[in-house]
Amino acid sequence: MDAKLDLTYVNMMLQDYKQKRGALIPVLQKIQEYYAYIPEAAVDLIAEGLNIPASEVYGVITFYAQFYTHPRGKHLIRVCRGTACHVKGSKTILEIIKDKLSIKEGDTTEDLLFTLETVGCLGACALAPVIVIDGYYYDKVTAQKIDDILNRLSQGNELQSHT
Amino acid sequence: MKKINSREEFDQLKKELEMLYNQNKKRIIVCKGTGCTASGSVKVIEAFEQEIERAGLSDTVEIKRTGCHGFCEKGPIVAILPEDIFYQQVSVEDVPEIIERTIRKGDLIDKLLYQDPKTKQKYVYTHDVPFYAKQKRIIFHHNGLIDPTRIEDYLGFGGYEAFVKAIFEMTPEEVIDEVKKSGLRGRGGGGFLTGLKWEFCSKAKGKPKYLICNADEGDPGAFMDRSLLEGNPHLVLEGMLIAGYAIGAHRGYIYVRAEYPLAITNLKIAIAQGQELGILGQNILGTDFSFDVMIKEGAGAFVCGEETALMASIEGRRGMPRPRPPFPAVKGLWGKPSNINNVETFANVPFIITKGSQWYSEIGTEKSKGTKIFALAGKVNNTGLVEVPMGITLREIIFDIGGGPPKGRKFKAVQLGGPSGGCIPEEHLDVPIDYDSLISLGAIMGSGGMIVMDAANCMVDVARFFLEFIQNESCGKCIPCRIGTKRMLEIVTRITEGKGEEADLELLQELAEGIKATALCGLGQTAPNPVLSTLRYFADEYRAHILEKRCPAHCCIALIKFEVDVDLCKRCGLCKKVCPAGAVSWMPKTAASINKSLCIKCKTCIENCPAQAII
Repeated sequence: MDAKLDLTYVNMMLQDYKQKRGALIPVLQKIQEYYAYIPEAAVDLIAEGLNIPASEVYGVITFYAQFYTHPRGKHLIRVCRGTACHVKGSKTILEIIKDKLSIKEGDTTEDLLFTLETVGCLGACALAPVIVIDGYYYDKVTAQKIDDILNRLSQGNELQSHT
Repeated sequence: MKKINSREEFDQLKKELEMLYNQNKKRIIVCKGTGCTASGSVKVIEAFEQEIERAGLSDTVEIKRTGCHGFCEKGPIVAILPEDIFYQQVSVEDVPEIIERTIRKGDLIDKLLYQDPKTKQKYVYTHDVPFYAKQKRIIFHHNGLIDPTRIEDYLGFGGYEAFVKAIFEMTPEEVIDEVKKSGLRGRGGGGFLTGLKWEFCSKAKGKPKYLICNADEGDPGAFMDRSLLEGNPHLVLEGMLIAGYAIGAHRGYIYVRAEYPLAITNLKIAIAQGQELGILGQNILGTDFSFDVMIKEGAGAFVCGEETALMASIEGRRGMPRPRPPFPAVKGLWGKPSNINNVETFANVPFIITKGSQWYSEIGTEKSKGTKIFALAGKVNNTGLVEVPMGITLREIIFDIGGGPPKGRKFKAVQLGGPSGGCIPEEHLDVPIDYDSLISLGAIMGSGGMIVMDAANCMVDVARFFLEFIQNESCGKCIPCRIGTKRMLEIVTRITEGKGEEADLELLQELAEGIKATALCGLGQTAPNPVLSTLRYFADEYRAHILEKRCPAHCCIALIKFEVDVDLCKRCGLCKKVCPAGAVSWMPKTAASINKSLCIKCKTCIENCPAQAII
């Protein structure tokens, strides 16, 4: 997949950041914003462009939870696993979603429709247990609510926006 | 806005804006914090705009989109000024009625008023609602009044006055002295004296000096920094400006979590406005003080809340802590003297400068001054952010402000300080809260997360939860944290699965003390606290799991049979109704039963059973 990827954007981006200190993380953030993940082929270009070893680039990518080395699904489901959500049953919510989609957290379904992630705390504790799908917050989630939401998304319907 | 170049121009602008905000104009305040947005406040705002236009009231009634009011549980929240009428859970459908009845005629709408779930009493005004009545909202005072995207609003309520006072009337040493005398301690968790920290950095040799705002609010269950950045970003910027002046820094960084998109947006707007107005930038207000602020977005690593890890992250490296000394005040970002404070700490500073250290130090206890914002969440009626004076008791926060656990359930423990903190049981709820009393109880102030737990929460499971969190977030640099907490997690997991042995408790204690003594950074050193505090107060619960293979809270899945106790079953059929897997069979007037091959062990039935009949 990487062989066909157009890396013009990576090169362009590096021109802007070449001279800046502490550029690696912002560069990776921009690249991921554009490609939705960090393509393997980009790693060498970044290393060369910022004059740091490729191992360091890779080290930073794998250290931070925010960076992905593989393409992700169309819909991103993030289950909050903060304390307030935990005491209100978010572990069960996570198990149900894993069961329904037959994937583990961090993985993407084969049809590239869903990616499932957990997050330490979204800071929306009043809404616990909370999940965020494609940026929309779902509060006080129950087993039934998940059924509804996943069914709607699987059928190609978009989510109802709150905002 | 036009750039202002002197103190006179600042005073003139301030006077004009204050007049604008002092008018007794009708204002409809709608909360647009993350909580209320999730419950639909944006649509409510749109509805108000249309309805006001339609009613021809555009000239007399103003709508304000503000930051978080704290009472997230009851969102969307609408307040009507100048009366300060408090409406909660307002929907789009309620909007025409509010305009027609409350705005036009001055009538109250009963169904939108807050009703105390216990006493059934209804409340009209914000300051009477029990959730707010016992709070002392200094830092949060303007959160519910100003539009965070308008610098005019902030200036109109006295904003940047403290900074102007500092640079025109005080020397940097006097500023440091004032902050020292106030007794302000770091709100990020450590509780170090802020003024002293500034003094170290100010006296350190080397240039340039850097100022950093730690907005990497990673503690699960804490969201006051998010709320401050979203709702009043200029307050934090003002605190940073004063600190920058005091220590002699010209560049500030705000390291903010990428999980807080609205906070980042509002901060960017605030910085741009500050630059445009001349409050940030070169030669501020014609003085020779220059200061600029940059935002650094985190990339998802809890350990980056630790100051040396955070600085490594700003430098573009893996966020791993390093041993101290040298402390950041001597050798920090890019090897230069740096001062790092938390968001809430900076937000305290303008009040200390404006009102004086004497006023500030009268609030709180002997060694912990001022107010503290707590994020009250979990099994409590009134979830949200509460700002209270230090020295208040946990009972007052949880029961008077928070309304206690919902559905009349029994309180069991409160978890304070996140993964570095501990669980405090009922018998210690009357201890006045300050940094030191909490440590002696085995918890910490931390950043102020306060999670209430009831009888359905298992303390062993809570300990396991935090260990799992720490394991995920351990950076891997030092062995005690990387491997020690893994061993602890394995042991506690074994206990929750009914495979624990009696010797495990001693082993846990030993490991915990070893890790505390030898881990490299604060994250590792405090990681055993959740286990130690639950062992201290809830050892019986551990023993029930180990000796009787039983989870008293009915929480640990491996120890639940998922069977119906026919003697206890009330034959109501609620379990059948709520089961998402269709695993319950029930007929009227007969006891329910669970088909184990269909059961997904989601515990929905247990949570809903009125008779605790599912064992």
